[in-house]
Amino acid sequence: MRKYSILLLALSLSAVAQSPVDEVMYSSGKIYVVVAVLVIIFTLLAAYLVRLDKKITALEKKNEA
Amino acid sequence: MRTYWWKILAVLFVTYGIIGGFLMPAPDNIGILGKTIRNLNFHVPMWFTMIILLFVSVIYSLMYLSSGDLKKDNMSSSMVKVAMLFGLMGLATGSFWARFTWGTWWIEDAKLNGAAIAMLIYTAYYILRNSIEDEIKRAKFSSVYNLFAFPIYIVLIIVYPRMAETSLHPASGDTVGFSTLDLDNNLRKVFYLSGLGWILMGVWLSTLKYRLTELKRKNEEI
Repeated sequence: MRKYSILLLALSLSAVAQSPVDEVMYSSGKIYVVVAVLVIIFTLLAAYLVRLDKKITALEKKNEA
Repeated sequence: MRTYWWKILAVLFVTYGIIGGFLMPAPDNIGILGKTIRNLNFHVPMWFTMIILLFVSVIYSLMYLSSGDLKKDNMSSSMVKVAMLFGLMGLATGSFWARFTWGTWWIEDAKLNGAAIAMLIYTAYYILRNSIEDEIKRAKFSSVYNLFAFPIYIVLIIVYPRMAETSLHPASGDTVGFSTLDLDNNLRKVFYLSGLGWILMGVWLSTLKYRLTELKRKNEEI
């Protein structure tokens, strides 16, 4: 059983770890994955803020008119 | 979106802070801190942002009191409210950090208790504001309260913890700040820009809150 699991692990790793992006993501104990997750969260949060900002600007313009 | 370049800077700096906070070299071997030293880039900017926002809100309070322009009062209170949010994030992240370094969520410490009482002072501001119906009276009362609250706030979170005999928190009581531990200046490379980014984020949030309240106010007038 153990033999198989190691084989499976090796297979799955070789199946996914191909592109240069994968190489980065799997290095340094996969810390880059955490960094990427935080960057995604913050980017979306910032994008939402931009949308909110634009909506308020639109409302302000409507109010002035 | 009249001038928006500083909003882009805010996002860029905070993103740099997140990436750099994790990946840049840092003094990872200082006693119980371990790699949590990197929290410096996230926990401390919460307080910086709070202090800056509260300081600017005092200026707006003064501007209101001298001009009677309700817009200034609106900006002042928007900043206090966003500052409270940042204060809560500062308390929460600090408590979490303490759990895994000092071994406890909370401890009787000048810095911690000072910060908690400081939060209560601004909670009172919030309650005071919401308890007054009349717009002008509300603006006057809360502006004057704000003028007195800020010096007490600074004393509670900076002066009083420094005067304490002992403290676990860096840069208070008998402890040194991180500047003395950052021998290679590695922390500074990320920390300054990260801090500036968070301050700009706080200002951005405050202006959004201000503009929303201003719209609401105008709609109620009609």
